[in-house]
Amino acid sequence: MSEAESNVALRQTPLHAMHLRLGARMVPFAGYDMPVQYVPGVLKEHLHTRSAAGLFDVSHMGQIALRPRSGRVQDAALALEALVPADVLGLGVGRQRYTLFTNTAGGVLDDLMVSNLGDHLLLVVNAARKAADEAHLRERLSELCIVEPLTERALVALQGPRAEEALAALAPDMRAMRFMDVRAMSVMGEPCIISRSGYTGEDGFEIGIAATAAEALCETLLRDPAVAPSGLGARDSLRLEAGLCLYGCDLDETTTPVDAALEWSIPAVRRAGGARAGGFAGAETILRELAHGAARRRVGLRPEGRAPVRCGAELYTAEGDTASIGRVTSGGFGVSLNAPIAMAYVPTARSAPDTRLFAEVRGKRLPIIVSSMPFVPTRYKRSPTRSPL
Amino acid sequence: MLKYTKDHEWLRMDGNMATVGITPYAQEKLGDLVYVELPSVGAMFVAGAAAATVESVKAASEVYAPVSGEIAAVNDKVVAEPGLVNAEPTGNGWLFKMKINNPAELTTLLDELAYKALTE
Repeated sequence: MSEAESNVALRQTPLHAMHLRLGARMVPFAGYDMPVQYVPGVLKEHLHTRSAAGLFDVSHMGQIALRPRSGRVQDAALALEALVPADVLGLGVGRQRYTLFTNTAGGVLDDLMVSNLGDHLLLVVNAARKAADEAHLRERLSELCIVEPLTERALVALQGPRAEEALAALAPDMRAMRFMDVRAMSVMGEPCIISRSGYTGEDGFEIGIAATAAEALCETLLRDPAVAPSGLGARDSLRLEAGLCLYGCDLDETTTPVDAALEWSIPAVRRAGGARAGGFAGAETILRELAHGAARRRVGLRPEGRAPVRCGAELYTAEGDTASIGRVTSGGFGVSLNAPIAMAYVPTARSAPDTRLFAEVRGKRLPIIVSSMPFVPTRYKRSPTRSPL
Repeated sequence: MLKYTKDHEWLRMDGNMATVGITPYAQEKLGDLVYVELPSVGAMFVAGAAAATVESVKAASEVYAPVSGEIAAVNDKVVAEPGLVNAEPTGNGWLFKMKINNPAELTTLLDELAYKALTE
């Protein structure tokens, strides 16, 4: 396909005009014309999010309501448990959880957030996977649930240590929320779904709002000098520092949750011996790997030198080895660390922190050290801020 | 007078010595640079061969030798401070100097007008 043709086909989020007005550099991403950076650039946007607050348009992501035909949200939760290895039934009203759609081989079809909104579940899925996810949900759950893509909604992420104060000016009730809480609340007179979560490792919020009201909300938030518009470039460098997976790079249909070091997302109730053990696609493989381990594992890597080691770089046990033992799946520059960082899959025997490996970059073997993640400590708000009185 | 390549390098001649860098257009397209890898002094390159690498947060890009020759000097300042290439791409953000061995190759380069036309 020629560039011109692919541009014609690109979709726009409800905030597209705002991005252009703010001087964003637009790039194609998952079929959308998206801002990769604004005028200040990736480095400043990244650092500003860590020190104050970044505002990200993530409206390209899929928001899908899963409504139980019975009217009881527990029925939707149980139905969804056939597709994900999470405790959805135990997810309280107003709570959110990270989970994975698995395939019959135990691989990952997508990673997602699921929220219990009392009378239905709300799923947030990756842009590149949303059509496939919707089809998967419809095919498997239509008898029990109505699968409703929320196409007329925008989603914006406000992330960073000053996100709370910026949002509290518009929605004071959100101060009571803690990490992974979800609330329906009115912001500037608009009904919003706010979750206290994100993709940066910082405290922050994702705000679902009507497409027609999104720009006014963003304009208002951007009037706060603490809040700066931030693009996909900073979003990627922030998530990598936080050790978070990017679907299509660090996760795909051939990686299992145990390979990916995401077993923390599979609770005891879904594991062998649990009350609702298994029952999701690929359970046989995944439960076996939970008990006995997987052959390979996702790890963090820190190159010893300054050269970034990018996605696709092959890894070796020794400098002179000919057989690659693994491959980098995400790699770049940790802006807050002022050093290169990466993620890769390596044999489990070589996955312990401080293991020294070699990465091939432009024909050279560069030393690289297995490192625990996150690379930058996360600053999630696990307990609510108390009111002054 | 700068000469340009279609791959967005610039070149400034002083006798038989060429100073090479990336154009303001290139640095703008690449965004904030975080890593620069330069060739060794004494290394020989033919025109069009990858001689240096500049990397932004997200991606690595090769810098090609605009003409054939031997590396005579490299700019260690941009290795220590890659952002200098963004700030002063045709000044203190130069990458390397090469002693050229075939002046006839200079005629294959673009002048400012031709390069401008390419990037508009």
